[in-house]
Amino acid sequence: MAGESNGSAENVIKIPKIKFTKLFINGEFVDSVSGKTFETIDPRTGEVIARVAQGDKEDVELAVKAAREAFDHGRWPRMPGSERGRIMMKLADLIDENIEELAALDTIDAGKLFSMGKAMDIPGVSGLLRYFAGAADKIHGQTLKMANEYQAYTLLEPIGVVGHITPWNFPSTIFFLKVAPALTAGCTMIVKPAEQTPLSALYYAHLAKLAGIPDGVLNVVTGFGHTAGAAISSHMDVDKISFTGSTEVGRLIMQAAATSNLKAVSLELGGKSPLVIFDDADVDTAVHLALLGILYNKGEICVAGSRVYVQEGIYDEFVKKVAERAKTWTVGDPFDPQILQGPQVDKTQFDKILSYIEHGKKEGATLLTGGKRHGEKGYYIEPTIFTDAKEGMKIVDEEIFGPVMSLMKFKTVEEAIERANNTRYGLAAGIVTKDLNLANRVSRSIRAGTIWINCYFAFDPDCPFGGYKMSGFGRDLGFQGLHKYLQVKSVVTPLHNSPWL
Amino acid sequence: MSENNISIPEIKFTKLFINGEFVDAVSGKTFETIDPRNEEVIAQVAEGDKEDVDLAVQAAREAFDHGKWPRMTGFERGRIMMKFADLIDQNIEELAAIDAMDGGKLFSWLKSNDIPTVANFLRYYAGAADKIHGEMLKMSKQYQAYTLQEPIGVVGLIIPWNVPSTMFFIKVAPALAAGCTIIVKPAEQTPLSALCYAHLAKLAGIPDGVLNVVTGFGRTVGAAISSHMDVDKVSFTGSTEVGRLIMKAAAESNLKPVSLELGGKAPLLIFNDVDVDNAVDLALLANFYNKGEICVAGSRVYVQEEIYDKFVEKAAEKAKTWVPGDPFDPNARVGPQVDKRQFDKILSYIEHGKKEGATLLVGGKRFGDKGYFIEPTIFADAKEDMLIVKEEIFGPVMSLMKFKTVEEAIEKANKTCYGLAAGIVTKDLNLANRVSRSVRAGIIWINCYFAFDMDCPFGGYKMSGFGRDLGLHSLKKYLQVKSVVTPLHDSPWL
Repeated sequence: MAGESNGSAENVIKIPKIKFTKLFINGEFVDSVSGKTFETIDPRTGEVIARVAQGDKEDVELAVKAAREAFDHGRWPRMPGSERGRIMMKLADLIDENIEELAALDTIDAGKLFSMGKAMDIPGVSGLLRYFAGAADKIHGQTLKMANEYQAYTLLEPIGVVGHITPWNFPSTIFFLKVAPALTAGCTMIVKPAEQTPLSALYYAHLAKLAGIPDGVLNVVTGFGHTAGAAISSHMDVDKISFTGSTEVGRLIMQAAATSNLKAVSLELGGKSPLVIFDDADVDTAVHLALLGILYNKGEICVAGSRVYVQEGIYDEFVKKVAERAKTWTVGDPFDPQILQGPQVDKTQFDKILSYIEHGKKEGATLLTGGKRHGEKGYYIEPTIFTDAKEGMKIVDEEIFGPVMSLMKFKTVEEAIERANNTRYGLAAGIVTKDLNLANRVSRSIRAGTIWINCYFAFDPDCPFGGYKMSGFGRDLGFQGLHKYLQVKSVVTPLHNSPWL
Repeated sequence: MSENNISIPEIKFTKLFINGEFVDAVSGKTFETIDPRNEEVIAQVAEGDKEDVDLAVQAAREAFDHGKWPRMTGFERGRIMMKFADLIDQNIEELAAIDAMDGGKLFSWLKSNDIPTVANFLRYYAGAADKIHGEMLKMSKQYQAYTLQEPIGVVGLIIPWNVPSTMFFIKVAPALAAGCTIIVKPAEQTPLSALCYAHLAKLAGIPDGVLNVVTGFGRTVGAAISSHMDVDKVSFTGSTEVGRLIMKAAAESNLKPVSLELGGKAPLLIFNDVDVDNAVDLALLANFYNKGEICVAGSRVYVQEEIYDKFVEKAAEKAKTWVPGDPFDPNARVGPQVDKRQFDKILSYIEHGKKEGATLLVGGKRFGDKGYFIEPTIFADAKEDMLIVKEEIFGPVMSLMKFKTVEEAIEKANKTCYGLAAGIVTKDLNLANRVSRSVRAGIIWINCYFAFDMDCPFGGYKMSGFGRDLGLHSLKKYLQVKSVVTPLHDSPWL
């Protein structure tokens, strides 16, 4: 039985007052043009936290207009990179001064662990800002080596007005994953945060203004995908869209971009990442990584290691240990520091995950642990492990986005590679082995954008992250992440009397 | 018009090239490719369709997933590509003649310029194949991490008819260097040289399945490639409308990444301080080179007011030296438009220009009575809201306009949904720097035009597309970034 906490309703002492619920356009918090609002729900209880302004096409128009003006005529792209960097550093400092409040917002909005928000997520975003702030004055084009008498160079220019559409699973992290490099590049932007988790984005808008980000540079339009998101994707004056979210919505965005102004698109979509554990692994370490890989953030992470392949030599020992360890994985109120797993983000996800669990049972996989709701209020689900799973089962083929692991046995490295690659996705993969040659061979053979060897979720500001295959294209983080917001311009002039070529 | 039919080569390759063999289309169908000098059929070419694309993708998939090509070292791929370049050099005249006939392009320029250049593209990328570098990263925790630049897989390359050989290799060369496998769909107007290159590729030692060529139409072959679930990437050069279709097909199928190089309406800005003769020469080149069938044609010429009248006078005079004629005639400078459709479209734009009230300075009508020849045409006193100024004509039609201040020039230059190229003519350093940064286009030519180079990235801003061809940048289109992360223990430095 998964570890119990004393239920959901009691531990509501840390709810911060919700200060920002309006759209942030051109430096001001404003109601939506229609006056409409929508509810944002606390997944611990299913109750309404606050009503937030509901942006639609007209609000996106205003935001794009502000961002367009700020880019075409405003200060932001005309500042040197180092000055943009200074302002971004200030924003990072302001975030550091408000860590608890920001962490609490994401906890009540998304059910994320408060302790992790405080120790990792929120400090992580100020770290991201500082990383990109430091890059702002180091964006280099190149002088070229022409085959005729020409002087030529490339300029890396800010692409212009960017639309960022962010998901609900890491509202703060992904906000800055996109906003930080775009700010560094000198772009202006409209962010549409997920409707499930609009609160922290509006807080960051407030801090951005305090930090000195000029009006119109960073706009936040809260609302729904089929209205606000669609308006941004098909806007003729948005130069680029960067999206993280589901594959189906990624398709809609790319189609809208093609139908409108052929704006450049980057997509970071779903995953069904394999974790491949070889015989020479330390079983306790491997078990820990496997549980972390699927239960971290209640399984609501695109790179979740939801397919765990264990080599036959250690399989039985692994199964025994993972079942034991899973029982210690406490589920409950995310404000409780003893808890390791909070509620799923909303009813839709909750129902979907439970439905996949039922499929797993029907399809004949063996339920090792978990398999049902936890408690009777809020969207809590027990950590769930299926063994004897097979490719062809829905639980193995499709992205569940919840705390549900499929555990499978393999014999040879060739088999492991083939099964790891037997998916349309390609976001991440994990390999657990001490063997150098195995590590090199398998890391090159699995077709995924990030390979973690003897670790998992090892993200870093300097490490590019993104998908192969149907997990998307484009990279976030690192200097690769900057390139999404830059355009290459070549400038060519004839050379006369150059002493060298 | 010259009767110079003597250089017609025998058409040796008219079938699809799949998995190392020339084969008929599964349906057995063929289509005609027309000689724009005389509107006659040059040859019947195999007409590929979905089934043929499936076979080609299957071959390319196998060649990538299990074949030699990506498993060779970059150096070895480079050696084979160098051999390919040598074979092209040995066949320059024949290849030039084929493009001259198929595309109405000047034989002399193909021989001295286009074809030797494609061999050099191959050499450039052959030399880059063993210099593709990932990076070691600077993690903020105890991790060793690096990026690998991996070949993306099976790529679909859909190329246009205006510079068939150049476009073939602009895309094929970096894709080969990266270790990818390829299906090329050449334009239906100009399928012939692509099939010759397929033959030479095999001779050079490119393994079967690595380079496949499926001739046919966009709405069949092109659509099948764009929506194929096993194609990992599409790179397209062509019209904006087709670019949209390709991007949508990619989104609806397997969300393959796309690169698009689309239309343009490039501005050429000529300031008061220039030598007017040179400026006129550049403007004429920018508009009449390759009979105006080039995406970066400088079709909007803005001349600063002090030199405007002198410019107009000299342009009218010098335009006469751009003589239309048979592309095999060494004295001709403007060949026929590629086909009837383009021919009709351009003449229609010319009629619009006359009706909209622009001043017809030179040209304005068909040349001769056979073939798709159009006189080099200049409209002076054109205005921003005229169709001839707003839309891409893709023919030898220049719109000439006057401007006062640099601010006005920049604003007008940017007043377009396109952003492919721009030209600036001035001697002034500050003007050059300011204007080159202010005009939103992917390539800015200062005191030159069409200065393409293997090392110089090329591609669009705004609705001219995204992604870059040429230079090391274009390798990125055919590579994917993989990050590999391992915990570090006891490292003496971080």
